Amino acid sequence: MLAYDFMRMAFAASACVALLAGPVGWFLVLRGQSFAGHALSHIAFAGAAGAALLGISPLAGLLGAAVLAGGAMGLTGRDTGGRDVAIGLVLSLAMGFGVLFLHLMTGSAATATALLFGNVLGVSGGMLASLAGAAVAGLVALGVLSRPLLFASLQPELAEARGVSLRLVSTLFLMLVGAATAECAQITGVLLVFTLMVGPGAAAQRLGLAPLAGIGCATVLALGEAWGGLALSWWTDWPVSFWIAVLSAAAFLLAGLRRL
Amino acid sequence: MERESAVSCHDVTLRLGNRTVLSDLSLSVGAGSFVGLFGPNGAGKTTFLRALLGLVRPVSGDITLFGQPVARGNPAIGYMPQSRTPNGAMLTGRDLLASGLSGAKWGLPWVSRGGMAEIDAALEAVDAVALGRRRLGALSGGERQRLLIAQALLGSPRLLLLDEPLASLDPARMREVALLLRNVARRRGMTVICSAHDINPLIGVMDTVLCLARGRARIGPVDEIVTEPVLSELYGVPVEVCHAPSGRVLVSADGL
Repeated sequence: MLAYDFMRMAFAASACVALLAGPVGWFLVLRGQSFAGHALSHIAFAGAAGAALLGISPLAGLLGAAVLAGGAMGLTGRDTGGRDVAIGLVLSLAMGFGVLFLHLMTGSAATATALLFGNVLGVSGGMLASLAGAAVAGLVALGVLSRPLLFASLQPELAEARGVSLRLVSTLFLMLVGAATAECAQITGVLLVFTLMVGPGAAAQRLGLAPLAGIGCATVLALGEAWGGLALSWWTDWPVSFWIAVLSAAAFLLAGLRRL
Repeated sequence: MERESAVSCHDVTLRLGNRTVLSDLSLSVGAGSFVGLFGPNGAGKTTFLRALLGLVRPVSGDITLFGQPVARGNPAIGYMPQSRTPNGAMLTGRDLLASGLSGAKWGLPWVSRGGMAEIDAALEAVDAVALGRRRLGALSGGERQRLLIAQALLGSPRLLLLDEPLASLDPARMREVALLLRNVARRRGMTVICSAHDINPLIGVMDTVLCLARGRARIGPVDEIVTEPVLSELYGVPVEVCHAPSGRVLVSADGL
């Protein structure tokens, strides 16, 4: 399986994605913002379709749109947790624009499928480099942000009194979520970003580990699910995204069993 | 010699949006006192505490704490906010306290050996060592309160601001938490401002009463303020103050 260049690329690319998506997802679940993360993936879809229409690389469109939208979300609302109607409307609007862009582009079916359901087997050397770059930059940023982010996520009022700027922390975090979303979309497609980002974080939360251990566990789960999905897809010839979705749901259910 | 003042407000006016919550408030709280902060809903108890924390800026007047102007993130203040269902039901009490330890600094949420010792000391001070190992989602209201008081003690503050620490507790638990607060404050020589709805559980615990109502404030010793004429005027309804044979004072308002 590893004798093929495209498989080695796929394993390397999914490792980059999992290393960022795991820790970001853990915080996303802790903050109850997974729906905002889902919306960002749809905005990223519109960005990628728009970029493809203009002849720019779709990955740049994914990243740009998701990071900018995350920043805008953080700046406009103090609490993205309780605004599901507004978030839902924005995500449908973004999806609508994505459909329009694809319609304006001729021969769009392959692009659309790759964006919606992922195309991990078609990762090029250049794409791998940008995925790795974004993952490293994202992890460094999360490392710097994590202490005030954890405090603000657990006890926002107290954190504010202690001098944490809630808006700054929330905006930076949502921009990171945007970056992680764009990375995930490359592997699982925008429709299944949840599986690699929210799934491992939610399963790790269920295990009740201390924060640093939980973040580590979410990262390991994300990596295991991504690589496991690739391997299962190789043996069964079924899509990678399907297997990642199955593994992610299974990990979540198994983590719940532990408490019975 | 006069006691050092912990909090001193001079002609302070506080506004939330377009509504003036408190106007021309002037008062001084002596260091080491235990102040009960009372007033009807919306009278500005929380806003007053947030002003001391530097989260609400007075539109006029000035506030000093131990002679220093108010500043956000002041390490001399321990604070317990009103909402107290922390996120992260699966995390333990120790995790919660650790997250707040120098939680405003950038970096990884790593806690040093010294930080761990500080958490131990704070938990011991309120008899909550066992709670530190339990999950937040499994704690009762009283246990959570105890844990959050321990958290407010981190950093050895000189002034403790507690926003309704007795809310949603049963009468026995209320009294238990109130006595705990008094003992910790005495031992550590802290000044406490504690807001509450019910005056009774703080009788014998507080030495000073601060009442906020309709934009005005009254501050004084308990036996001067907890009287029928003063309370009736402040709340705008007839208030009865009964002195029980046990020495306890019971306060009751008409229609409540």
